[in-house]
Amino acid sequence: MNDHAAAVITHEGLGGLIAGLRAEGFRVIGPRLRDQAIVYDDIESVADLPAGWTDEQEGGHYRVRRREDAALFGYNVGPHAWKRFLHPPLLRLWRAERSADGMTVTATSEPAERYAFLAVRSCELHAIAIQDRVFLQGPYVDPHYKARREGAFIVAVNCGQAGGTCFCTSMNTGPKAEEGFDLSLTELLGDRHEFLVEVGSERGAALLAAVPHRPAERQDAAQAANAVARAEGNMGRHMRSDDVRELLLANLEHPRWDDVAERCLTCGNCTMVCPTCFCTAVEDENDLAGNAAERKRRWDSCFTMDFSYIHGGSVRSSGRSRYRQWMTHKLANWVDQFGTSGCVGCGRCITWCPVGIDITEEVRAIRGEGGSDGRA
Amino acid sequence: MDRLGERAPVMAPDAMLPLIARVARRVRELPDTWTLDLVAADGGPLMRYAPGQFTMMYAFGVGEIPVSVSGDAADQTRLVQTVRAVGKVSEAVTRLAAGDTLGLRGPYGTAWPVAEGYGRDVVVVAGGLGLAPLRPALYQLQAERKRFGKLVLLYGTRRPEDILFRRQLANWRRQLDMEIEVTVDHAGAAWRGHVGVVTRLIPRLGIDVDNAMALVCGPEVMMRFAASALNDIGVPEEAIHLSLERNMKCAVGLCGHCQFAGSFVCKDGAVMRYDKVRRLLGLKEI
Repeated sequence: MNDHAAAVITHEGLGGLIAGLRAEGFRVIGPRLRDQAIVYDDIESVADLPAGWTDEQEGGHYRVRRREDAALFGYNVGPHAWKRFLHPPLLRLWRAERSADGMTVTATSEPAERYAFLAVRSCELHAIAIQDRVFLQGPYVDPHYKARREGAFIVAVNCGQAGGTCFCTSMNTGPKAEEGFDLSLTELLGDRHEFLVEVGSERGAALLAAVPHRPAERQDAAQAANAVARAEGNMGRHMRSDDVRELLLANLEHPRWDDVAERCLTCGNCTMVCPTCFCTAVEDENDLAGNAAERKRRWDSCFTMDFSYIHGGSVRSSGRSRYRQWMTHKLANWVDQFGTSGCVGCGRCITWCPVGIDITEEVRAIRGEGGSDGRA
Repeated sequence: MDRLGERAPVMAPDAMLPLIARVARRVRELPDTWTLDLVAADGGPLMRYAPGQFTMMYAFGVGEIPVSVSGDAADQTRLVQTVRAVGKVSEAVTRLAAGDTLGLRGPYGTAWPVAEGYGRDVVVVAGGLGLAPLRPALYQLQAERKRFGKLVLLYGTRRPEDILFRRQLANWRRQLDMEIEVTVDHAGAAWRGHVGVVTRLIPRLGIDVDNAMALVCGPEVMMRFAASALNDIGVPEEAIHLSLERNMKCAVGLCGHCQFAGSFVCKDGAVMRYDKVRRLLGLKEI
């Protein structure tokens, strides 16, 4: 196998990839236009992809709009992250039943889906790698994540443009997908609308071999490189990240935390859209007779009061402490816990914050580099 | 193409799945505090654990809470845990009678480093129910008494009637060659012991501070002042160990709730060294 050996496919070839994955029993998930947003959902064919759509993103602002061309991957990232499939928002863990001499507990028996993800951005590949560290590489493994992750087939897509809140170049997570995929696509827009395909695994090569393709020529590679360079050049945001851990840990009592607390609604949107936020709560559901109970796990957010509740009250009762918790965890303490930043620069937390709080701007303010405008 | 499908999803064992334990004995310690002796549902031993570790106790249909082990780790025939009824789960757990079952996961977390005290003086400082997580360490100090220098237990509670393990304290005082000082916040005329916070007893400690170890467990504010007072009299920060409390849901470092700056209290604690947490304890809402 020649790693990253490039080929070129057309819409027909892309359709073949989707059909091939479906024929192999994968549930193919990819971008679709739904409810005025580009979300990740089941894909049956190329016709399901958001042809000719892009998104416009700013702090607290997201709109889809028409492109002038028919690009299939001409948007950036939407409100969904792949974690909703690998680390489901709601999951039944086990069921307890009363028995003659006490109780029995039965593990959930629902089989995990075999997913194929289509159009995973470089920042998202990094986010998946970060969640791999959280769920697979510690002293305890999350078996639910493991079952979903291990078989997953990943088709990456390189960005040909950056969104208004993107800053992957600052976090060294893109825009070019370098590893962690089975196949990687770069959309070649022009007279011939095609896709450059790079191979990242043997099973990727096997899938590509089964669909119509031609070898990539030098100009195809050059056009793909240009597309990525274009994305690299128009990042909507920037953040100096080399010393951000030390910066934040040295400023846990900075007045800026009060300032951001004035604006933050503690709604938790940033944690829901973040592709790496992993916190969960557990809750019990009982049947009316009280003979059976189900334990469920659901996404939780460090912005809720319940999150840090211990007998007597919440440890972090102020909005100031909760925003500080989230941001210092993401950018600083994550490094101590998992050997990597928890931020991939996807910009979702900026876009989906209802009041447009901008993590890059907050870092700049703590750094003492004024300028209330978070734009690059 | 067949290689695409080589890997079907497989579920590994789930750390979130409890085993079933049975209450062998239930003892009332205080009006709201009970000690449960637990065995496996079939009557056999449950789990091996070290002093300072905790389990997740599940009351059927109500929920799950972290509870420190309060028994003797050398006695692996039963798991002893002391629970105060302060919420709906702990209320349900303390209502369990002998023969009842509950779910149990663990043991989890770090242990009191009792062996580090060999050849040294050992000070144990407990506040309120904090005596329960320290009791396994006291059992070990008792079992290996000759290996330690001077032993001191400083114990503070709100009122004389809140003193936990009262008879055992009297026995230890008699048999263990251990100095035991009990202090209360409020007392009636019948109380002849100390009154005031436990930290006030620390400056009077007659120990070899350069060669001492301290184990501290209680409310966070009490631990902060106690550790600081111990350090003030010369006990090195690295020789002071605290047991921290945060919200714990999974106990295996995956749910995020018990985060304490760069640590997860469930797996990096609950027992942590003072030099690692001193700065954070001085900040609010970490």
